[in-house]
Amino acid sequence: MAADGMAMDPVLSVRNLSLEFVTRRGVLRALNEISFDIARGEVLGVVGESGAGKSLTGTAIIGLIDKPGRLSGGEIWLKGQRIDNIGHDGLRKIRGRRIGMIFQDPLTSLNPLFRVGDQIAETILTHMPVSKAEARTRALALLTEVGIPAPESRIDAYPHEFSGGMRQRVVIALALAAEPDLIIADEPTTALDVSVQAQIITLLKRLCRTRGTSVMLITHDMGVIAETADRVAVMYAGRIVEIGPVADVIRHPKHPYATGLMGAIPALGAKVQRLTQITGAMPRLNAIPAGCAFRPRCTVAIGKCAEAVPPLVPVGATSARCWLHDAQVERSTSHG
Amino acid sequence: MFAFAIRSLAQGVLVLVTVAFIAFSMFRFVGDPVVNMLGQEATQQDRQELTERLGLNDPWPIQFVRFLGDAAQGEFGVSYRQGRKVSDLIKERLPATLELAVLSAIFATGLGVLLGVYAAINRTGFVSNVIMTTSLIGVSLPTFLIGIGLIYIFAVELRWLPSFGRGEVVRLGWWSTGLLTESGRKSLILPVLTLGFFQLTLIMRLVRAEMLEVMRADFIRFARARGIADRAIELRHALRNTLIPVVTIAGLQLGSVIAFAIVTETVFQWPGLGALFVNAVQFADVPVMSAYLMFVAAVFVIVNLTVDLLYFILDPRLRSGRRVAKGH
Repeated sequence: MAADGMAMDPVLSVRNLSLEFVTRRGVLRALNEISFDIARGEVLGVVGESGAGKSLTGTAIIGLIDKPGRLSGGEIWLKGQRIDNIGHDGLRKIRGRRIGMIFQDPLTSLNPLFRVGDQIAETILTHMPVSKAEARTRALALLTEVGIPAPESRIDAYPHEFSGGMRQRVVIALALAAEPDLIIADEPTTALDVSVQAQIITLLKRLCRTRGTSVMLITHDMGVIAETADRVAVMYAGRIVEIGPVADVIRHPKHPYATGLMGAIPALGAKVQRLTQITGAMPRLNAIPAGCAFRPRCTVAIGKCAEAVPPLVPVGATSARCWLHDAQVERSTSHG
Repeated sequence: MFAFAIRSLAQGVLVLVTVAFIAFSMFRFVGDPVVNMLGQEATQQDRQELTERLGLNDPWPIQFVRFLGDAAQGEFGVSYRQGRKVSDLIKERLPATLELAVLSAIFATGLGVLLGVYAAINRTGFVSNVIMTTSLIGVSLPTFLIGIGLIYIFAVELRWLPSFGRGEVVRLGWWSTGLLTESGRKSLILPVLTLGFFQLTLIMRLVRAEMLEVMRADFIRFARARGIADRAIELRHALRNTLIPVVTIAGLQLGSVIAFAIVTETVFQWPGLGALFVNAVQFADVPVMSAYLMFVAAVFVIVNLTVDLLYFILDPRLRSGRRVAKGH
């Protein structure tokens, strides 16, 4: 990959990951040869429409795929250790300890019957050899760090006594409790008020920067990606169609789908009559067309697009999965 | 919470007064107590005297208030048939019924929760399937049939356990208990199993269904993502959330176990309140019937109050309505 110059040893390395759902009516392939790296301290944004496989990728990395889903190929490496084949108990020791997770809805992420301090302390005690008193002290420090006002009294409060934004802060404290190397944040701000969203993203970014924690930020909010991410992966129908540094993907997207996505971002101040719209909808898993999955909606499709799935090839600063670029490469090489 | 407790209490009292009114009306509609008490040889004068003495010439609201006052003190008059005070009869029979019902309830809820949790955690295992199939039998077979079946197996064929009665009982003050003698304990086993079996299967199926539901909740997924051990997730996080709806049903079931032990008591000739009531119905013994009605109502009211208070212990969301404002 083009952007691999930035780190010798990625924190997370996903190689050709595929995931299938075995159903009565056949096997559905939900993820197809997903490959990417996340370097230490890096924020990788993952964008795409609902159903593109963003959340599924995050869930697969942390090993929480429910049946009938199953990994059907590929490897996941965490700091040089392969983690996709280490079994239930091995994974459990990695979850929370080395990979923290933040879910979309803070209102339902916390157990309503337990005090927030106890839930944080529980996570710490599960993963670290500390005393109960020590765990509580750490929980208090975490609550302070995520900006809960009057943490000394709030530590013994129940989740329902917090607002949505405050609860998401608690969830962030929980995800960071055992000092993980990587945080997978699955749409962490979608369920929040717009005014609170920015605060939460800023907080997450600051905490991860000071700790050197890498972040996989799953969202469909390009604004959040633009502000927060170092690199961005664009997903479509279970594949990564473009991946590269965030500035390049936003300003010069190479894949027609990415181009369409960027065109759909309203810019402040710019006088635009209409935002670009990608016509049609993403195909269902059981009806993905042969060749490039985006072809039916693509305005610049060529004959080859119907024949084969394009490979992910470097195009300038980013990599894209599109025959247009491959054709150009071919043409230029055959002429030269 | 205090206001809530007061409100529940007030509702309970309202229920009791309503039931008391029904119990009171029974005296007016089921037979004539004067005829019942005096028999055929009495003169007109005897009748008038007794009517006056029983206060039956007063207007009914005054009679009702008097009935309420007496009932509050546990006095329901004299049994038509046995000629003894109803309060004494009840006092005599209460220990047998309570012992049976409480043990059944402990058996049913204890084992029911245990098996329900097991069946929910090991959803597809062989043992779980056996449990679930057996529970279907428990839910669908009528209590008297289970009782008779148990008597046939354990009393008639195997001769391990007695088929009727309480065995030897020990008196502790006015209370009599069968728990202190071997024959008393042996006599308890079959009735307890019979009375508790239906509740056991019901609670078990309920716990299993609720727990499977809770295990799909987001906070369980998040707990997994935090790396919490499976056992801790199942027994701490999921079970406690499961218990909230279960407490309601189990509480109401407990009430009905105490109140409607009639069938089991009849099958096993258990000298409890149920048997007393069945006899009273046969002889139109209105004071005993109305006392039993009040007793059942009181049991349900007390159980409901307890359930309401248990909610507060289990669910913090109810406890701290006032502090919510601070969080926003």
